[in-house]
Amino acid sequence: MRLTRMMAIAVLSCAAALTFTGTAVADTPSPDAGDSSAGPTRAGTGFRDAPAVPPGQSATASASSGDYLYWAFPVDAGQRATMKAKVTLPESSARHGEATWRIDVYDGLRRRQPCMYGMQSRVAAQDAESVELSCTVRTVHSLADPWSDHPLPGSYYLRLTVTDAPEKDLGLPVRAQVEATTKNAGGAHAVDGALSTPLVPGASVEDGQNEKDDGEPSPSATRQTASATVEPEDGWSSGWWSDRWVWTVAGGVLTLLFGLGGYRLARGPARPSRIPPGA
Amino acid sequence: MIFRRRLVTGACTLLAALTLGLVPTGVATAEPTSDKDAPKVELTLDVSGSMRKRDIDGKSRMAAAKQAFNEVIDAVPDEVQLGIRTLGAHYPGEDRQVGCKDTRQIYPVGPLDRTEAKTAVATLAPTGWTPIGPALMAAADDLEGGEGSRRIVLITDGEDTCAPLDPCEVAREIAAKGINLTVDTLGLVPDAKTREQLSCIAEATGGTYTSVRRTDELSDRVSQLVDRTADPIAVPVATEGAQQCSEAPRLRPGLYTDREKFGQHRFYRVDVAPGQELRASVSIGADRAVDNDYGVLLRAVTVHGREIVRGSEAGDGRTDLISTGLRYPKAQADDDEDEDEDGESAKETVCLQVSNSFSAPASVKREPGLPVELTIDLVDGPDEASDVASFGLGRGWWLLGVLALTGLLAGLLWGWLSRWNDAARRTN
Repeated sequence: MRLTRMMAIAVLSCAAALTFTGTAVADTPSPDAGDSSAGPTRAGTGFRDAPAVPPGQSATASASSGDYLYWAFPVDAGQRATMKAKVTLPESSARHGEATWRIDVYDGLRRRQPCMYGMQSRVAAQDAESVELSCTVRTVHSLADPWSDHPLPGSYYLRLTVTDAPEKDLGLPVRAQVEATTKNAGGAHAVDGALSTPLVPGASVEDGQNEKDDGEPSPSATRQTASATVEPEDGWSSGWWSDRWVWTVAGGVLTLLFGLGGYRLARGPARPSRIPPGA
Repeated sequence: MIFRRRLVTGACTLLAALTLGLVPTGVATAEPTSDKDAPKVELTLDVSGSMRKRDIDGKSRMAAAKQAFNEVIDAVPDEVQLGIRTLGAHYPGEDRQVGCKDTRQIYPVGPLDRTEAKTAVATLAPTGWTPIGPALMAAADDLEGGEGSRRIVLITDGEDTCAPLDPCEVAREIAAKGINLTVDTLGLVPDAKTREQLSCIAEATGGTYTSVRRTDELSDRVSQLVDRTADPIAVPVATEGAQQCSEAPRLRPGLYTDREKFGQHRFYRVDVAPGQELRASVSIGADRAVDNDYGVLLRAVTVHGREIVRGSEAGDGRTDLISTGLRYPKAQADDDEDEDEDGESAKETVCLQVSNSFSAPASVKREPGLPVELTIDLVDGPDEASDVASFGLGRGWWLLGVLALTGLLAGLLWGWLSRWNDAARRTN
């Protein structure tokens, strides 16, 4: 009886300790969704000049309908990012019909990433004041096969544009607001292996490999990083932490405890064998 | 008992401390430095007769433009070199030949003297023709030189009156020079034809088109465009891919541009050392009217023609570009293989083939080709995975169950064995 109680206490205290550390770990990297402090107030017109939006901040931009607007967000391994965009449309009196707005997400290699769910494209009625779009991309893994296009840590580009609108309605002033929220997907998505550097354009420049090859650095290499890149709040993860450590160690502890329990059960009451019964 | 409980609690505390210690720490990366040349903008203003019309906030289009220019000149960032060019400002006559050459730079591109620039604008009065094409060509010449980004902001209220020189073709030719020049167009109360022409000019150079109906819209947009020129942007280098890999240019990490015609492919070569990872992305811009469905294919091929890896993408509808990318980590060389350890010979030449499946209606010009943007990165290879799961670690209730059961069985066995052992010893 005492044994079972002891084991229960042990398991409970262990679980409590693990839960505590687990939540402490899970909470830190994800940005506070409610705090949408102001990020960049502009949008890029392509991959090269897409402004980087720090995690948890929202970017705004005024533009013309028909423009292609780009922003870049850092997404780290184990995170599932949801990109949201809200477009304030021009006055309805100036418009001539409905317009289809759409967001596309590209990874750091400029590969288009599918949306798991979310309204990626929406038709705005002629009298609509605004249109809201969202796209949740697949959970980022720390490494994938070169043949796979699974999302990897790095910059993620959001492109916002109108894909279908009356010709007359192009060029009218619109306002756009975008933000990305990330959620930690936990150890279920922790895979082995890691990229040496995240998929951020111009990564090779920082390695100084151009100079190493033969004196003359490649002309554009220094400029490729000009567009500011931003990191996740705690920097890029080294990739070796996951809650799989907790589960595995907890499993080990459990084995030990059950082993001791089994031993006590089979061995019978602990009693020095030298002392005769009844003494 | 107390000892045991302490042991268990101690183990747990240790475990907790371990887990906290395993939390990843931030990695600091150096800020990239840039020493780029000054960005240049030329504001190109239509001063043709139609600018007299009073339909922007009750004022004439010219007055709105002047007011907007004054506001913009006040707000130009210091690093931006600004020039002002007019079209149709000086020749009031009827001779088309002369009227279509009427474009003049009234303030040269250079460090801005705000008072002088304002004075130059103040004297303008709506006068003549609308030679957009010649004005664009001249503006492109004004912006020559330097490595910074270049931008022409064209403000007009009417279509080009100087056919057959199509301003849209002019814009495409300027863009094809590979001098990193963007043309943004603003139409003042534009009609359908003007809108079409200005959109076409913007599309051809990767710029934007805005239609303006109010003064504040005009000044806001022009200020925004001028500011955008000052934003840091990576400047690509022009290159020319070949039809065959053997003749392809060798590229080093960086950002490149090229032109590729409809249904054409281009080869480039990159040397990848063992243990390095090649990252390549390509974007092909749709700078003219193209058919609704299109695609791009980027292949990494060995010199012998074996495909290593590919990236492909297809799409439909209105777009500015289509892009894809690939990653090729070259395995670390085995120790016994690299006998000639001089580095060079060990490098593998990877051919990158970029092809597109854009098509266009017969009326659309084929020359110059579509703009291609290629980025090449070489980084250290990844830590290869030895297992599906991170470090081969386990996770989940099944794991715990199996481990607990194993422990229990082992404990029972151990208990029985020692009991049997005791019994055996007692009988002895």
